[in-house]
Amino acid sequence: MKHFNINHLKIYNMATRTIAGVNVDVNEEGYLTDASQWTKEMAREIAKEEGIELTGKHMEVIDYIRTKVLSGEGLTIRGIGKSGVVDAKTFYQLFPGAPLKKATKISGVPKPVSCI
Amino acid sequence: MDKQNDYPLKKIMMICSKGTLEDVYAALVMGNGAVMEGIETKMFFTFFGLDAITKKTMNHLHTATVGNPAMRMPGGLPFPTLLGVLPGVEAGVSKMMKAGMEKLDIPPVEEFLELIEAGGGEIYACKLAADMFKLKKEDFHKTVKDIITVGDLYAMCGGLGTQIVFT
Repeated sequence: MKHFNINHLKIYNMATRTIAGVNVDVNEEGYLTDASQWTKEMAREIAKEEGIELTGKHMEVIDYIRTKVLSGEGLTIRGIGKSGVVDAKTFYQLFPGAPLKKATKISGVPKPVSCI
Repeated sequence: MDKQNDYPLKKIMMICSKGTLEDVYAALVMGNGAVMEGIETKMFFTFFGLDAITKKTMNHLHTATVGNPAMRMPGGLPFPTLLGVLPGVEAGVSKMMKAGMEKLDIPPVEEFLELIEAGGGEIYACKLAADMFKLKKEDFHKTVKDIITVGDLYAMCGGLGTQIVFT
Protein backbone atom coordinates (compact mmCIF):
# COMPACT_ATOMS: atom_id res chain seq x y z
CA MET A 1 0.00 0.00 0.00
CA LYS A 2 2.99 2.23 0.43
CA HIS A 3 3.09 3.38 -3.17
CA PHE A 4 -0.63 3.65 -3.64
CA ASN A 5 -1.78 7.11 -4.63
CA ILE A 6 -5.48 7.80 -5.16
CA ASN A 7 -4.63 10.55 -7.67
CA HIS A 8 -3.36 7.94 -10.09
CA LEU A 9 -6.89 6.59 -10.36
CA LYS A 10 -8.46 9.92 -11.22
CA ILE A 11 -9.54 10.36 -14.78
CA TYR A 12 -8.85 13.87 -15.89
CA ASN A 13 -11.10 15.30 -18.52
CA MET A 14 -8.46 17.14 -20.42
CA ALA A 15 -9.54 19.27 -23.31
CA THR A 16 -8.07 21.72 -25.72
CA ARG A 17 -9.49 25.15 -26.24
CA THR A 18 -8.50 28.30 -28.01
CA ILE A 19 -7.75 31.28 -25.82
CA ALA A 20 -6.57 34.53 -27.40
CA GLY A 21 -6.02 32.67 -30.67
CA VAL A 22 -3.79 29.97 -29.19
CA ASN A 23 -4.65 26.31 -28.60
CA VAL A 24 -4.03 25.35 -24.98
CA ASP A 25 -4.74 22.36 -22.73
CA VAL A 26 -7.30 22.95 -20.01
CA ASN A 27 -8.90 20.74 -17.36
CA GLU A 28 -12.65 20.23 -16.84
CA GLU A 29 -12.89 23.48 -14.87
CA GLY A 30 -11.09 25.53 -17.48
CA TYR A 31 -7.73 25.80 -15.69
CA LEU A 32 -4.66 25.63 -17.90
CA THR A 33 -2.87 22.34 -17.30
CA ASP A 34 0.46 23.67 -18.57
CA ALA A 35 1.35 27.00 -16.98
CA SER A 36 4.04 27.62 -19.59
CA GLN A 37 1.40 28.00 -22.31
CA TRP A 38 0.02 31.09 -20.56
CA THR A 39 0.28 34.59 -21.99
CA LYS A 40 -0.95 37.98 -20.79
CA GLU A 41 -3.44 38.07 -23.66
CA MET A 42 -4.93 34.80 -22.40
CA ALA A 43 -5.17 36.29 -18.92
CA ARG A 44 -7.18 39.18 -20.34
CA GLU A 45 -9.54 36.83 -22.14
CA ILE A 46 -10.08 34.45 -19.19
CA ALA A 47 -10.62 37.46 -16.91
CA LYS A 48 -13.26 38.83 -19.27
CA GLU A 49 -15.09 35.49 -19.05
CA GLU A 50 -15.03 35.90 -15.27
CA GLY A 51 -16.36 39.44 -15.61
CA ILE A 52 -13.09 41.14 -14.75
CA GLU A 53 -11.31 43.84 -16.76
CA LEU A 54 -7.61 43.49 -15.90
CA THR A 55 -5.73 46.56 -14.61
CA GLY A 56 -2.08 47.06 -13.73
CA LYS A 57 -2.84 46.08 -10.13
CA HIS A 58 -4.39 42.81 -11.31
CA MET A 59 -1.25 42.09 -13.34
CA GLU A 60 0.98 42.69 -10.29
CA VAL A 61 -1.07 40.12 -8.35
CA ILE A 62 -0.97 37.67 -11.27
CA ASP A 63 2.82 38.04 -11.49
CA TYR A 64 3.08 37.33 -7.77
CA ILE A 65 0.83 34.27 -8.01
CA ARG A 66 2.73 32.83 -10.96
CA THR A 67 6.10 33.38 -9.30
CA LYS A 68 4.88 31.72 -6.10
CA VAL A 69 3.23 28.74 -7.75
CA LEU A 70 5.95 28.11 -10.32
CA SER A 71 8.53 28.05 -7.52
CA GLY A 72 6.47 25.27 -5.92
CA GLU A 73 4.98 27.22 -3.03
CA GLY A 74 1.39 27.03 -1.83
CA LEU A 75 -1.06 29.90 -2.09
CA THR A 76 -3.32 31.26 0.62
CA ILE A 77 -5.31 34.48 0.80
CA ARG A 78 -3.43 35.22 4.02
CA GLY A 79 -0.12 34.88 2.20
CA ILE A 80 -1.24 37.08 -0.67
CA GLY A 81 -2.51 39.65 1.86
CA LYS A 82 0.93 39.74 3.46
CA SER A 83 2.87 39.75 0.18
CA GLY A 84 3.18 43.53 0.06
CA VAL A 85 1.64 43.43 -3.44
CA VAL A 86 -1.93 43.75 -2.26
CA ASP A 87 -3.83 43.49 1.04
CA ALA A 88 -6.53 40.86 1.58
CA LYS A 89 -9.38 43.34 1.21
CA THR A 90 -8.09 44.69 -2.10
CA PHE A 91 -7.48 41.14 -3.32
CA TYR A 92 -11.15 40.35 -2.67
CA GLN A 93 -12.14 43.53 -4.52
CA LEU A 94 -9.90 42.83 -7.51
CA PHE A 95 -11.23 39.31 -7.99
CA PRO A 96 -14.76 39.44 -6.53
CA GLY A 97 -16.59 36.27 -5.57
CA ALA A 98 -14.05 33.52 -5.12
CA PRO A 99 -10.74 35.43 -5.46
CA LEU A 100 -8.24 32.61 -5.09
CA LYS A 101 -10.03 30.39 -7.61
CA LYS A 102 -10.51 33.21 -10.12
CA ALA A 103 -7.03 34.68 -9.75
CA THR A 104 -5.33 31.33 -10.26
CA LYS A 105 -7.49 30.54 -13.27
CA ILE A 106 -6.57 33.89 -14.84
CA SER A 107 -2.91 33.33 -13.90
CA GLY A 108 -2.83 30.01 -15.77
CA VAL A 109 -1.85 27.96 -12.71
CA PRO A 110 -3.70 25.08 -11.00
CA LYS A 111 -6.57 25.72 -8.61
CA PRO A 112 -5.16 25.80 -5.05
CA VAL A 113 -5.98 22.82 -2.85
CA SER A 114 -5.92 24.77 0.40
CA CYS A 115 -8.81 25.16 2.89
CA ILE A 116 -7.56 28.50 4.16
CA MET B 1 -29.45 14.82 -6.22
CA ASP B 2 -32.00 15.73 -8.87
CA LYS B 3 -30.21 18.35 -10.96
CA GLN B 4 -33.30 20.50 -11.36
CA ASN B 5 -33.76 20.91 -7.63
CA ASP B 6 -30.06 21.37 -6.96
CA TYR B 7 -29.43 24.85 -5.65
CA PRO B 8 -25.99 26.18 -4.69
CA LEU B 9 -25.27 27.48 -1.20
CA LYS B 10 -25.67 31.27 -1.28
CA LYS B 11 -25.49 32.34 2.33
CA ILE B 12 -24.26 30.81 5.56
CA MET B 13 -24.74 31.74 9.20
CA MET B 14 -22.05 30.18 11.40
CA ILE B 15 -22.95 30.09 15.07
CA CYS B 16 -20.02 29.59 17.44
CA SER B 17 -21.13 28.77 20.98
CA LYS B 18 -17.94 27.32 22.47
CA GLY B 19 -14.70 28.93 23.51
CA THR B 20 -12.09 26.20 23.19
CA LEU B 21 -9.35 26.64 20.64
CA GLU B 22 -10.61 23.82 18.40
CA ASP B 23 -14.27 24.83 18.50
CA VAL B 24 -13.46 28.43 17.64
CA TYR B 25 -11.16 27.38 14.82
CA ALA B 26 -13.77 25.03 13.41
CA ALA B 27 -16.15 27.98 13.09
CA LEU B 28 -13.45 30.32 11.75
CA VAL B 29 -12.18 27.88 9.12
CA MET B 30 -15.71 27.11 7.95
CA GLY B 31 -16.69 30.78 7.91
CA ASN B 32 -13.53 31.93 6.16
CA GLY B 33 -13.81 29.04 3.71
CA ALA B 34 -17.30 30.25 2.78
CA VAL B 35 -16.02 33.80 2.26
CA MET B 36 -13.28 32.42 0.00
CA GLU B 37 -15.89 30.65 -2.12
CA GLY B 38 -17.89 33.84 -2.58
CA ILE B 39 -20.68 32.69 -0.25
CA GLU B 40 -22.32 35.45 1.79
CA THR B 41 -21.07 34.77 5.31
CA LYS B 42 -22.29 35.87 8.72
CA MET B 43 -20.84 34.70 12.02
CA PHE B 44 -22.66 34.82 15.35
CA PHE B 45 -20.70 34.28 18.56
CA THR B 46 -22.60 33.31 21.69
CA PHE B 47 -21.95 32.04 25.22
CA PHE B 48 -18.35 30.90 25.60
CA GLY B 49 -17.84 31.52 21.91
CA LEU B 50 -17.73 35.21 22.86
CA ASP B 51 -14.18 34.57 24.10
CA ALA B 52 -13.12 34.42 20.44
CA ILE B 53 -14.17 38.02 19.79
CA THR B 54 -13.46 39.54 23.20
CA LYS B 55 -10.25 41.56 23.09
CA LYS B 56 -9.07 40.30 26.51
CA THR B 57 -9.47 36.59 25.73
CA MET B 58 -9.30 36.12 21.95
CA ASN B 59 -5.56 35.52 21.77
CA HIS B 60 -5.47 33.19 24.78
CA LEU B 61 -7.86 30.39 23.80
CA HIS B 62 -7.03 26.93 25.12
CA THR B 63 -7.77 23.39 24.19
CA ALA B 64 -9.04 21.19 27.05
CA THR B 65 -6.51 18.68 28.37
CA VAL B 66 -9.03 17.27 30.88
CA GLY B 67 -12.15 15.44 29.77
CA ASN B 68 -10.93 15.32 26.19
CA PRO B 69 -10.68 11.65 25.12
CA ALA B 70 -9.26 12.59 21.71
CA MET B 71 -6.21 14.17 23.37
CA ARG B 72 -2.92 12.41 22.49
CA MET B 73 0.71 12.74 23.45
CA PRO B 74 2.97 13.98 20.62
CA GLY B 75 3.91 10.34 19.84
CA GLY B 76 0.27 9.28 19.57
CA LEU B 77 -0.06 7.61 22.99
CA PRO B 78 -3.18 8.45 25.05
CA PHE B 79 -2.87 11.60 27.12
CA PRO B 80 -3.45 10.78 30.82
CA THR B 81 -6.24 12.97 32.22
CA LEU B 82 -4.32 13.35 35.49
CA LEU B 83 -1.47 14.95 33.57
CA GLY B 84 -3.90 17.47 32.14
CA VAL B 85 -4.72 18.89 35.56
CA LEU B 86 -1.13 19.93 36.31
CA PRO B 87 -0.50 23.69 36.21
CA GLY B 88 0.82 24.85 32.87
CA VAL B 89 0.05 21.66 30.96
CA GLU B 90 -3.06 23.03 29.26
CA ALA B 91 -1.22 26.23 28.33
CA GLY B 92 1.70 24.20 26.97
CA VAL B 93 -0.52 21.93 24.90
CA SER B 94 -2.43 24.94 23.54
CA LYS B 95 0.84 26.63 22.63
CA MET B 96 1.95 23.52 20.74
CA MET B 97 -1.31 23.41 18.85
CA LYS B 98 -1.01 27.08 17.92
CA ALA B 99 2.54 26.56 16.68
CA GLY B 100 1.35 23.62 14.58
CA MET B 101 -1.40 25.74 13.06
CA GLU B 102 0.96 28.60 12.25
CA LYS B 103 3.07 26.13 10.27
CA LEU B 104 0.02 25.38 8.10
CA ASP B 105 -0.49 29.13 7.58
CA ILE B 106 -3.62 29.11 9.79
CA PRO B 107 -3.77 32.63 11.21
CA PRO B 108 -4.23 33.58 14.88
CA VAL B 109 -7.85 34.30 15.90
CA GLU B 110 -7.59 38.07 15.56
CA GLU B 111 -6.05 37.89 12.09
CA PHE B 112 -8.58 35.27 11.03
CA LEU B 113 -11.47 37.59 11.97
CA GLU B 114 -9.80 40.39 10.00
CA LEU B 115 -9.46 38.11 6.96
CA ILE B 116 -13.15 37.21 7.16
CA GLU B 117 -14.08 40.88 7.41
CA ALA B 118 -11.75 41.78 4.52
CA GLY B 119 -13.65 39.34 2.32
CA GLY B 120 -17.02 40.85 3.23
CA GLY B 121 -17.98 38.43 6.04
CA GLU B 122 -19.90 39.92 8.96
CA ILE B 123 -19.25 39.19 12.63
CA TYR B 124 -21.85 39.55 15.36
CA ALA B 125 -22.04 39.06 19.12
CA CYS B 126 -25.07 37.60 20.89
CA LYS B 127 -26.90 40.16 23.02
CA LEU B 128 -28.11 37.74 25.67
CA ALA B 129 -24.65 36.25 26.20
CA ALA B 130 -23.01 39.70 26.16
CA ASP B 131 -25.46 40.83 28.88
CA MET B 132 -24.76 37.68 30.86
CA PHE B 133 -20.99 38.15 30.75
CA LYS B 134 -21.36 41.94 31.15
CA LEU B 135 -19.60 42.68 27.88
CA LYS B 136 -20.12 45.87 25.86
CA LYS B 137 -19.35 46.75 22.24
CA GLU B 138 -15.99 48.25 23.29
CA ASP B 139 -14.95 44.96 24.90
CA PHE B 140 -15.20 43.24 21.53
CA HIS B 141 -12.70 43.20 18.68
CA LYS B 142 -13.05 45.91 16.05
CA THR B 143 -14.30 43.41 13.46
CA VAL B 144 -17.49 42.84 15.49
CA LYS B 145 -20.19 44.68 13.56
CA ASP B 146 -22.91 44.68 16.15
CA ILE B 147 -24.46 43.02 19.20
CA ILE B 148 -27.69 41.41 18.03
CA THR B 149 -30.64 39.38 19.31
CA VAL B 150 -31.68 35.93 18.16
CA GLY B 151 -34.54 37.61 16.28
CA ASP B 152 -32.05 39.81 14.40
CA LEU B 153 -30.05 36.69 13.55
CA TYR B 154 -33.04 34.90 12.03
CA ALA B 155 -34.02 38.04 10.12
CA MET B 156 -30.60 37.85 8.41
CA CYS B 157 -31.08 34.22 7.41
CA GLY B 158 -33.78 34.66 4.81
CA GLY B 159 -33.45 33.69 1.17
CA LEU B 160 -33.14 30.57 -0.92
CA GLY B 161 -29.82 28.76 -0.44
CA THR B 162 -29.21 29.86 3.16
CA GLN B 163 -27.88 27.48 5.81
CA ILE B 164 -27.37 27.89 9.54
CA VAL B 165 -24.47 25.93 11.06
CA PHE B 166 -24.22 25.61 14.83
CA THR B 167 -20.92 24.70 16.41
